Amino acid sequence: MASVTLSAVSKIYHGGVEAVRGVSFEVPDGSFCVLVGPSGCGKSTLLRMIAGLETITGGTVRIGERVVNDIEPADRDIAMVFQNYALYPHMSVYDNMAYGLRNRGTPKAEIEARVAEAARILAIEPFLDRRPRQLSGGQRQRVAMGRAIVRKPQVFLFDEPLSNLDAKLRVQMRVEIKRLQRSLGVTSVYVTHDQVEAMTLSDVLVVMNAGQVEQIGRPIDLYRKPATRFVAGFLGSPAMNFLPGTVVDARTVSIGGGTLRVAPGTGTAGPGTTVEVGIRPEDLRIAAPGEGLRVAVEFIEELGATQLVHGRLGDAPLTIQVATGEAPSGDAFEIAASPEALHLFDPATTARL
Amino acid sequence: MVERKGALARILPHLVLLTGVAIVAFPVYLALIGATHESSVIANGQMPLTPGGAALDSYYRAIVIGPSRTTREPVGTMLLNSFTMAMLIAVGKIAISLLSAFAVVYFRFPFRKAAFWMIFITLMLPVEVRIYPTYKVAADLGLLDTMAGLTLPLIASATATLLFRQFFMTVPDELVEASKIDGAGPMKFFFDTLLPLSRTNMAALFVILFIYGWNQYLWPLLITTRDDMQTIVIGIKKMIVTSDAITEWQIVMATAVLAMLPPVLIVIVMQKLFVRGLVETEK
Amino acid sequence: MEKRATFSNRYLPYALLAPQILVTLIFFYWPAAQAIRQSFMLEDAFGLSSDFVWFENYVALFKDPSYYQTLWTTFVFSGSVAFLSLSVALLLAVMADAEIRGATAYRTFLIWPYAVAPAVAGVLWIFMLDPSLGMVARGLKSLGLDWNPRLNGTHALTQVVLASAWKQISYNFLFFLAGLQAIPRSVIEAAAIDGARAWRRFWTITLPLLSPTTFFLLVVNIVYAFFDTFGTIDTMTQGGPAKATETLVYKVYSDGRLGGDLGGSAAQSVILMIIVIGLTAVQFRFVERRVTY
Repeated sequence: MASVTLSAVSKIYHGGVEAVRGVSFEVPDGSFCVLVGPSGCGKSTLLRMIAGLETITGGTVRIGERVVNDIEPADRDIAMVFQNYALYPHMSVYDNMAYGLRNRGTPKAEIEARVAEAARILAIEPFLDRRPRQLSGGQRQRVAMGRAIVRKPQVFLFDEPLSNLDAKLRVQMRVEIKRLQRSLGVTSVYVTHDQVEAMTLSDVLVVMNAGQVEQIGRPIDLYRKPATRFVAGFLGSPAMNFLPGTVVDARTVSIGGGTLRVAPGTGTAGPGTTVEVGIRPEDLRIAAPGEGLRVAVEFIEELGATQLVHGRLGDAPLTIQVATGEAPSGDAFEIAASPEALHLFDPATTARL
Repeated sequence: MVERKGALARILPHLVLLTGVAIVAFPVYLALIGATHESSVIANGQMPLTPGGAALDSYYRAIVIGPSRTTREPVGTMLLNSFTMAMLIAVGKIAISLLSAFAVVYFRFPFRKAAFWMIFITLMLPVEVRIYPTYKVAADLGLLDTMAGLTLPLIASATATLLFRQFFMTVPDELVEASKIDGAGPMKFFFDTLLPLSRTNMAALFVILFIYGWNQYLWPLLITTRDDMQTIVIGIKKMIVTSDAITEWQIVMATAVLAMLPPVLIVIVMQKLFVRGLVETEK
Repeated sequence: MEKRATFSNRYLPYALLAPQILVTLIFFYWPAAQAIRQSFMLEDAFGLSSDFVWFENYVALFKDPSYYQTLWTTFVFSGSVAFLSLSVALLLAVMADAEIRGATAYRTFLIWPYAVAPAVAGVLWIFMLDPSLGMVARGLKSLGLDWNPRLNGTHALTQVVLASAWKQISYNFLFFLAGLQAIPRSVIEAAAIDGARAWRRFWTITLPLLSPTTFFLLVVNIVYAFFDTFGTIDTMTQGGPAKATETLVYKVYSDGRLGGDLGGSAAQSVILMIIVIGLTAVQFRFVERRVTY
């Protein structure tokens, strides 16, 4: 096993497009790192640079102690699971998994043992003689994972491996990937644009935007203390509400005619400064009349266990998540939030205050 | 289809199609019949529409002996020449086109575009428009009356290269990347993955190119002078002597049947591949 | 369109390209360059020396009435072949398309003439149309027609057209049938609901929707008539009688071989090249359009 270390890695394409700008972070040995961000943020390019499928314009990529910038993908001791699986359509499942080992001159008995073991772990033993075409999406996904497992690499790389599956299967495979990575203990780098996958899978979460890292850390830390407005808006579903506010004093902000208390220790600014106040829908609660901020109700979405109330606070749109049955019946009501739930951002730099 | 049809409307398409099939087949039917009659019956213009009894004799003489009065090689030799030529052209074209398409699609190198255009422009230079200079080149290289001279100038073709290029473009990039990670170099990828994936395309193209090679006329006509180098398509023309009295028509017709048989069989037996090949090469 | 994933190797791509480039240079570019060069040269009677004469060969060609005669013959010939084989093929394809059950069976019986060599096609039709022994020729004579393609140029051209068109029906049929089957049933059904009867539907819906195929086939048929019918002409008429069946390609061949006029033959080759370039350009423009159609 090995860690993966990126130092000031950048990628500039021939046309001059800067896909990745000076990214640095470390994936500790044995941990599961997820790169998440909107499409075009550079996360796939970064993964492909680790794999050796893209040249590195600047900076260094280390796997373990070794700088791999100029090493062929085959010699980096990595395995990759592709979005479209990239199974060899003319080879049987067995041959698909064995191909990489054969190319490396692994003894035949060893290949058989490893494929058998991987097939057992992934429960694809009945399909070993079939062609990829004869398998369902989920089965193909397993074969693609099997191809990675048999190699016993230092690092697993996953490029949006679940995005071609239907919703139900995606949840199931997500759990399996996590379980597998735990039991094998192989360092993994996983790219996705799905923030639920990112939150649930990662030990280390890297949120990227416009070729740069917005924030790195444990997923729950990023959720609780997003460093930028972007991270705050990207993680969490339904997405965080952003309301324009003004600082009254170190513990108070005014929003849409009312005021909210800010927890001590929350960064803030001098009185009169405009700020953006972020509050997650699940952190808002319904307040008694006269005690909170007044919200005009537009409509209500039923999710079963919870309800989403969509409304407006002044001009700003707002979503509130409440347990089913708690939504008020009138066309207006008042809301409140605990001081810990408020995140303040500088409107100019978008950084957390 | 949409409206309910009367009896006539139901039968009409079949009538028209059957007539079409009959008209299309008639010349070949006559050839089959012609090969079963004595030369004298044919020469005096009294050949009936039913088979005669000379079939065995005609085919035997055509294949083994050759027409007596025009003293040419037996058709057996010609068949062999035609087969060799058609195979060399088809296999050769596919081989060099696969390689060049692989180079153009899967590598970045100086003059790549230039090489592609160089191949592409040959579409506009069919052998017919450069016939004598090509003949002179072949003669200067000592290729007259050789299999190499017969096939090499017909082997380069933009069509096959374009077809393979187009097909390679549809092969997912991830397969290359997976191969790279699996430790396969370019030639290993070519043989282990790209060739197996191209099988159907190769087979379809082979059908078309075999027919193309078998049916060549103008180039073999110029390049071969020795009788034992003749292909069947050239040989049959030389059997027809302008004064009909000495043309042995039953042997000409037997030869015609033999000349049609291999390519027609291929089309009928491999109809699916043939249709696919035709459609693909016209894209 | 470019591949994202490529291999890097300094020499391998050149080695891979070498066979094709070599054959192309030796047997395509060098001869084509020679043809162009020769078209500007004039050889003396014994072929001992040649002079650079600018466009003299071309001027001579365009002053020669027999060249116009050949141009006209080629025009009439390819037009007739294209018209005849296209219309017969379209009729058969429409019928086969209407009769969905039998379509593939009929296809098998109609596509094989594609595989017959043009020269062999010529031999087959000679056997039918030869004035002294041909069965069909006999029939024509018994109808009172003085069928004699050996002396009558029109008769000779007719028989070459028949043989050439016969061979091309398969190809056209195949593409027409595919084109017809690609027309969505729902469009035809919508027209039927709009009150268009079968005949009207054919003219106002089917034929317009088929026009890309038709245009494509027209170009292909003209190319075929220009270049691939050499064998048919050579076996049937050798360009005669009195050059009545001499096409541009046949003239290049016979002027260069029999006449030994290499400069003139080369000038004709160059003009043919220009025609091919024009036809190919038309074909490619069309292919581009077809993609977005």
